Amino acid sequence: MSPKTLYDKIWDAHVAHEAEDGTCLLYIDRHLVHEVTSPQAFEGLRMTGRTVHDPAKTIAVPDHNVPTTLDRANAATMTEDSRIQVEALDTNAKEFGIHYYPVSDVRQGIVHIVGPEQGWTLPGMTVVCGDSHTATHGAFGSLAHGIGTSEVEHVLATQTLIQKKSKNMKVEITGKLRPGVTAKDITMSVIGVTGTAGGTGYVIEYCGEAIRDLSMEGRMTVCNMAIEGGARAGLIAPDEKTYAYCNGRPHAPKGAQWEAALTWWKTLYSDDDAHWDKVVTLKGEDIAPSVTWGTSPEDVLPITATVPAASDFKGGKVDAAQRSIEYMGLTAGMPLTDIKIDTVFIGSCTNGRIEDLRAAAAILKGKKIAVTRAMVVPGSGLVRAQAEEEGLAQIFIDAGFEWRMAGCSMCLAMNPDQLAPGERCAATSNRNFEGRQGRGGRTHLMSPAMAAAAAITGHLTDVREMM
Amino acid sequence: MDKFDKLSGIAAPLPLINIDTDMIIPKQFLKTIKRSGLGVNLFDEMRYDDDRNEIPTFVLNKPQYRDAEILVAGDNFGCGSSREHAPWAIKDFGIRCVIAPSYADIFYSNCFKNGILPIALPQEQVDVLMKDAEKGSNARIEVDLEAQTITSSDGEVFNFEVDSFKKHCLMNGLDDIGLTLEKASSIESFEAQAATARPWV
Ligand code: SF4
Repeated sequence: MSPKTLYDKIWDAHVAHEAEDGTCLLYIDRHLVHEVTSPQAFEGLRMTGRTVHDPAKTIAVPDHNVPTTLDRANAATMTEDSRIQVEALDTNAKEFGIHYYPVSDVRQGIVHIVGPEQGWTLPGMTVVCGDSHTATHGAFGSLAHGIGTSEVEHVLATQTLIQKKSKNMKVEITGKLRPGVTAKDITMSVIGVTGTAGGTGYVIEYCGEAIRDLSMEGRMTVCNMAIEGGARAGLIAPDEKTYAYCNGRPHAPKGAQWEAALTWWKTLYSDDDAHWDKVVTLKGEDIAPSVTWGTSPEDVLPITATVPAASDFKGGKVDAAQRSIEYMGLTAGMPLTDIKIDTVFIGSCTNGRIEDLRAAAAILKGKKIAVTRAMVVPGSGLVRAQAEEEGLAQIFIDAGFEWRMAGCSMCLAMNPDQLAPGERCAATSNRNFEGRQGRGGRTHLMSPAMAAAAAITGHLTDVREMM
Repeated sequence: MDKFDKLSGIAAPLPLINIDTDMIIPKQFLKTIKRSGLGVNLFDEMRYDDDRNEIPTFVLNKPQYRDAEILVAGDNFGCGSSREHAPWAIKDFGIRCVIAPSYADIFYSNCFKNGILPIALPQEQVDVLMKDAEKGSNARIEVDLEAQTITSSDGEVFNFEVDSFKKHCLMNGLDDIGLTLEKASSIESFEAQAATARPWV
């Protein structure tokens, strides 16, 4: 047999039909659904008299619109259009008989945090969701990617997706990370090197010692932002850490089935002589705590750097950089650490897991915030409960943070958690696009520890000075 | 789905790279449960000021581009989220074809599901068409999907690539789900085999 990459192996195991031109029907093992990109898909099923092909493989949870305030059980906390969307998901989940975690359920949270937490996401699976950050699930060695609403309808109706295979790209992070450097810094630094279109047409496999050393939480952070690098998906070969994370989760296999699964999972790695269409290698020790300065995730720099000038760039990026610098209200040449911060947001499917909250709390312990407002939005009700049990919640509250309920919140500001025009935010989420966190809002992306450091000093700060 | 074969229309120039889906349709408009009606909010934050007045300098607000059916843009168009609201808004505005050097993956495939043809051309050719588009309503660009050609207003012809299956579906307005359901037996036999090979799924 010819050598294969991990992606080749998962792909081959899921092709239900292949046409002569290479167009495939890829079988989908898990379909995750949220309230924003699904109403039109369910409506489409209804209009054509179709049903959900396999409701047992379909999981729904509202996350984008839901308020994260403590009083959210009160319907008045939602705007009417948000309420309609969430109610539509309630109804659709019931009517089509799919698994559902309503807002009132402690297991509710961001879809990409709930899936792995409940054991829905397992190695070797194909996982899709009408959401680009589905890439997160690749951390388990599953092929996971975002789809549009028409495709959501297609998967609901057929449990397959019409796909052509992508190319293979290897991103290797060699050696060890230095203290204060996290999974977030890895994934942002990779995009800094490849650009936001560098992964277009590829599925990325992240490998190397620094990736192996990451926890499952950290690996999810890395894969989460594969899409920001333009890749269809990002994945990491499963290993003992992966199995340990999955073992005992509510929907993970048990007993003999677990053993059978494990036997297959252990074959899921890229063969030594597999072919790669593109290879990018970074040294772990070269990666520094990083932040974004502009309005594209590729606008990444080490915290020790200065704001660039538009003239530092070439081609179309000159105008784009100029526009970014103006939008962000910065001056070329100013040290990044001079940038004052109004607001801190810790949360999202990139960094809303327990390890992220621990990292931020470790910096915040016994300190007070120097920013106007700061909020922590746990990625799920279970993360929230665990953080309370571990005493992290109290550390955040004592420091002056708001301790919120689970949801997407200020990552995309579809609920009331938004930035005002000109308000500058240190955020642990994944997108710094213009207006992403609220019209005119200014977003700097960074790790939870870096966001905590900024909260304490009131400006972008090198977290290593606080360790 | 609407068929796409030939189009001769006004092209609007939008010479920015990395036009993301948040720019195309900001999230406050994702709260709809319908596919239609998003055209008025296409490029909302670039198109309107804080008081909801049109910003006259934005290309789609200029009289000569209000009826544009083609958009010419920079590299990596449609990056960001998977929201199909982006192609829905583009289509609802009346644009049926986008021309750019490259596209984000999910956006690209979402276009085909909505009767929009996204064409990727080398930067130099996009530059020519961008100049053409800047001539406003005096310049019509012709797109022929069957022949896979674009003709500039000066008669210059560029060939473009498109996946044969996607082309076939777009030209015939075919519904993907209907096509897939014709292969129901392949899906069933796959499921039978998977139930033995990976029963835990
Ligand atoms: S947390 Fe942000 S990126 Fe993640 S699913 Fe929610 S909105 Fe999307």
